[in-house]
Amino acid sequence: MHDLVVTVNGRSRPMQGATAHTTALDWLRDSGLTGSKEGCAEGECGACAMLVATPGEQGGTEWTAVNACLVPVAALNGQEVVTAEGLGSPDALHPVQEKLAEAGGSQCGYCTPGFACSMAGEYYRADRVPSGEHAATDEHDEGCSVHDPEHGPNGFDLHALSGNLCRCTGYRPIRDAAYTLGTPADDDELAARRSRPAPTPVPTDFEADGGRFVRPANLDDTLRLIRDEPSAVLVAGSTDLGVEVNIRGRRAPLVVAIEQLDELRTLAIGDDVIEIGAALSLSEIERRLAGRIPLLAQLLPQFASRLIRNRGTIGGNLGTGSPIGDTPPALLALGARLVLASSDGEREVELADYFTGYRQTVRRPDELIRAIRIPLPLARITAFHKIAKRRFDDISSVALGFALDVEDGIVTSARIGLGGVAATPLRATATEAALTGKPWNVATVRAASSVLRGEGTPMSDHRASSEYRSLMLGNALLKLYSQTVIESKEVSA
Amino acid sequence: MSSLADRPANAVVGFPAAHESAALHVTGAAMYTDDLAAETAGVLTAWPVQSTNAHARVTIDVSPAYEVPGVVRVLTADDVPGINDAGIKHDEPLFPSEAMFTGHALVWVLGETQEAARLGAAAVEVAYEPLPSYVTVRDAIAAESFQGIARTVARGDAAAAMASAPRVFEGVTEFGGQEHFYLETHASLALRDSEGQYFVQCSTQHPSETQEIVAHVLGISSSEVTVQSLRMGGAFGGKEMQPHGFAAIAALGAKLTGRPVRLRLNRTQDITMTGKRHPFHISWKAGFSEDGLIQALEATLTADGGWSIDLSEPVLGRALCHLDNAYWIPNVHADGRIAKTNKTSQTAFRGFGGPQGVFLIEDILGRVAPELGIDPTIIRERNFYRPGQSTPYGQLVKDAQRTPLIWNQLKDESDFDARQLEIAEFNRTHADTKRGLAITPVKFGISFNFAAFNQAGALVHVYKDGSVLINHGGTEMGQGLHTKMLQVAATALGLELRQVRLAPTRTDKVPNTSATAASSGADLNGGAVKNACEQIRERMAKVAGRLLGVDERDVRFEGGFVTGLGNRDGRLSFAEVANAAYLQRVQLWAAGYYRTEGLHWNPDLMQGSPFKYFAYGAAATEVEVDGFTGAYRVRRVDIVHDVGDSLSPMLDIGQIEGAYVQGVGWLTLEELRWDESDGPNRGRLQTQSASTYKLPSFSEMPEEFNVRLCENAREDGAVYGSKAVGEPPFMLAFSAREALRVAVGAFGQGRRAVELGSPATPEAVFWAIEAVRAEASIDADAAEQGRTAAEAAAGSLPALAGAEA
Repeated sequence: MHDLVVTVNGRSRPMQGATAHTTALDWLRDSGLTGSKEGCAEGECGACAMLVATPGEQGGTEWTAVNACLVPVAALNGQEVVTAEGLGSPDALHPVQEKLAEAGGSQCGYCTPGFACSMAGEYYRADRVPSGEHAATDEHDEGCSVHDPEHGPNGFDLHALSGNLCRCTGYRPIRDAAYTLGTPADDDELAARRSRPAPTPVPTDFEADGGRFVRPANLDDTLRLIRDEPSAVLVAGSTDLGVEVNIRGRRAPLVVAIEQLDELRTLAIGDDVIEIGAALSLSEIERRLAGRIPLLAQLLPQFASRLIRNRGTIGGNLGTGSPIGDTPPALLALGARLVLASSDGEREVELADYFTGYRQTVRRPDELIRAIRIPLPLARITAFHKIAKRRFDDISSVALGFALDVEDGIVTSARIGLGGVAATPLRATATEAALTGKPWNVATVRAASSVLRGEGTPMSDHRASSEYRSLMLGNALLKLYSQTVIESKEVSA
Repeated sequence: MSSLADRPANAVVGFPAAHESAALHVTGAAMYTDDLAAETAGVLTAWPVQSTNAHARVTIDVSPAYEVPGVVRVLTADDVPGINDAGIKHDEPLFPSEAMFTGHALVWVLGETQEAARLGAAAVEVAYEPLPSYVTVRDAIAAESFQGIARTVARGDAAAAMASAPRVFEGVTEFGGQEHFYLETHASLALRDSEGQYFVQCSTQHPSETQEIVAHVLGISSSEVTVQSLRMGGAFGGKEMQPHGFAAIAALGAKLTGRPVRLRLNRTQDITMTGKRHPFHISWKAGFSEDGLIQALEATLTADGGWSIDLSEPVLGRALCHLDNAYWIPNVHADGRIAKTNKTSQTAFRGFGGPQGVFLIEDILGRVAPELGIDPTIIRERNFYRPGQSTPYGQLVKDAQRTPLIWNQLKDESDFDARQLEIAEFNRTHADTKRGLAITPVKFGISFNFAAFNQAGALVHVYKDGSVLINHGGTEMGQGLHTKMLQVAATALGLELRQVRLAPTRTDKVPNTSATAASSGADLNGGAVKNACEQIRERMAKVAGRLLGVDERDVRFEGGFVTGLGNRDGRLSFAEVANAAYLQRVQLWAAGYYRTEGLHWNPDLMQGSPFKYFAYGAAATEVEVDGFTGAYRVRRVDIVHDVGDSLSPMLDIGQIEGAYVQGVGWLTLEELRWDESDGPNRGRLQTQSASTYKLPSFSEMPEEFNVRLCENAREDGAVYGSKAVGEPPFMLAFSAREALRVAVGAFGQGRRAVELGSPATPEAVFWAIEAVRAEASIDADAAEQGRTAAEAAAGSLPALAGAEA
């Protein structure tokens, strides 16, 4: 382990005492950096948030806030991280710390270091633009001013804090602190760091206490390894495996890290397909697609929290085979296909054929998801409906992706993806049939809605009753219709 | 000594100070109990073996744990030299032979690492001999499984008043508990020093009781145990009774191994092992006049106490003392009892029964208002206490006029009436989205019902250089108590805030302290700190008077300087006077003491004056509800709240906002779901992690949030004219629940009672909307058939029969 190092707050530290399953959080705390706290150990509370130097699109570096409790510290070999202690000290507060402190943003203070890191990540976001800079001319035109409570006048996106929980303040002073942040000063070292490249991935292979962690150098090495070691567990963002490790004590003998493989980090927009690399984080996809796929643009802000999206990958969300992942309903509606790679080559499977049972898929142990392909053109009417208790960072009771085409008042195609209603995500094929070829009107929608209500076999659990889940399926279509009707009225008006 | 409530000119109290640890918080430099453990060499980690059965006799074989590398010791009942009990009521065995709930800690494994302790615990073999279990409060009521003493609050003749009331309503109100979800889970770190003394660092609100329990478990005296509570990462009542056993485990481990022992629960252990807010089941009957005046209330409140009595009796007592909220109820008969169930032992949680009592009356008013055809705002106003009236437990309602004062100020400042019209118009034009606006009051009694707890101590040192170190018996959990105490000391000694420092709370500095609870931390400890400071100031005044050539009564302390009236030139620094006092052999430290005067309470009769005063407030909340899903947003919240003359306005506003949002969490989002089936997981908590138990996040923060403090609100009975703030604003959240009820009602005709499940999750709101829509269509059908709507409803609303008496 001594040859594994990570730069923490500007200082290179050997990863002494770590095993393949040691989280970055536990390692930081054992190293004396106790500012990072454990509030939940499953990426829900953000008390452990830290900043990681990740590659930006233009070759520079971005400070990306992630949950330290989910990331294996070994995955940080050769990387740079910053914790609350590294942002500033009590005698020399960082601007986000200063604002938080003076606004009354801390009460018990336990969540606060994590908030400071999430807030700093947004503070350093290169494309954070004060709204005043393009809206200044509208200031006197009250009719046009759009009140957006989730963005500050300084461009601060409140979703940056969606993965941080505070039990004391009620959040208002934290929001106020965030919305009064300025821009980094000229001599701000973390700001300057952004103009240099991020650390490159460091191929790693180490073993301790019976657990082995491998980061292969490239895709070929990865595919060979998983061919030879069928028990290998692939890990990308570790937002799912990290929970298994922490909460259920899972200790896989071999973990293979793939999130930094270049071959899995591409995004290509072609004439008839958009290909998204499986190891791109959900935040990267959101930013790089920039609204090109409206259905995903609608989904991604509702997917877990920013802290999770910064680390979790689209491949990972499909790789777990979970029936309640939020991307499958949308990707099913988009008619997505998966590119599965093995040392024998690649094959493409329809996402609708990919899931075979509860957390079971057609992917063989020697395969990995290399990319997701979304066929073009996209349907004209798309929507993502997520039913959950909480608007930010919650797991869906049910989720629906809609992709419809309506020509001359007739539904010409309909694809509807469902999550949370069966052991796998599935297509609402009966509902699709009830819509296709019919006029897009109240009668059709009512009839299709009652079909949709009967799709799947939702169960009752602590999130929702089966009756509610079923009703929500049908109501989602009614709601979609009412919204599209309102929109079309607005357009024609 | 100056009077308790008088403030000097330019007082440091009243200044909007930031939290004294803010710079440490934001940089991660603030230490918490387990951070100290992380830096302790040779420390062992304790890990529990938890019951997988809701109720069973257990036989435990710990020997397999010793096969696990790194396991040092397994702690069992045989190891206890003193009393095997984690509580003060002798019903909480630290190492039980009978598992009383799923998650109950049976034995504890000490390991060199957490991993070793965890694997060791997994290796322990437990044989269960199942016993009958009660999981729901209804199960317990049916089986008459109760514990503790049942209490009754009564006034007037409720039965007779009910019989003659023109309108009588009855119903059942049931609501769930609440997990504290302090971000810092329970933590203790114990070591035994070279002299055999135990030093226990513990995340506890009640260091003295933690000390007593550690002592009785170890079979030693309190003087051999020191407990320190450095700071807590939130507590909310959850660390009042619950930490004791964990501290005792750590201390016992330290005794048996000679090494430091840390015990920190992970989130799931914390949720599955420790107590929560009490769920209640309440059946009630309420009599009203036609114009909405409450004439009689009869109720049976059953608190779900869980497996042991814990604090359930005083929680029930406070519920019974708050079911009036801000309303005059001339005839009351309310019986209270505590169910014994096979669940965590429910305990203190912000409000301590108060919210459960208030829930009842607000639920009744919210339900019956449409049935009486009276606007809910009006029905609440009409029933407010008037000056001279007393509570059902016989206490005069001091400052009763403050409720209408706050109410009218709030309606005014929140533009209430105009917005109600706007909302009516919005609802008329939107079929699938409805808005609701509601306003509710709070009246909350301040003081521990148990009179002996209303005392506190402090220790204040002035050093020769004029620097000041204060210590008091209260604990810091984020509420800003330490900041307020620094402000009190600076005010009393005439110093600037930066000239006063505070040392951590520990039992060898101030003994026999009360829990920092019941919102009373600043009242009690502030009184004690002020008393200590004034003793020292009076002695220093004598010294300064001689130096300044004025009478001691004419010496003034302000801004770090000491002056004499009429002596403009002779200004001395506080340090100069301190040094002079030392040289003249004048004592520069003092122990301060405070007891709340004028309290009396007869728990058997449930009559007396248990509270020093009442804190008042009101909130107006506007919500928007989606008719397709039941999902909603809080659009705007306005609050006017009474903290007396604030000791520290920024902290007080922080407490009000935080309490409101936490209350909204309880009422709308946070859901404890237990497996009630007869399957193998019976009694298992299904929402035992942050991913399944959802507390408010940024998305629940009101989009617009205006909080104002009552002005010129001096309370004569408390330190520097202030009032307690921790708990009362929690109950402002009822305005959100009532706003949801109003919005749901808008999906129908608004003439029927709306029953809203609790918590009012989107699903619960959706079902309420469905019920309203169904009734609306029944009403429409009935109207078509020429029958009256009331007749049709009589059969369809069994829970709320509008029986005309």
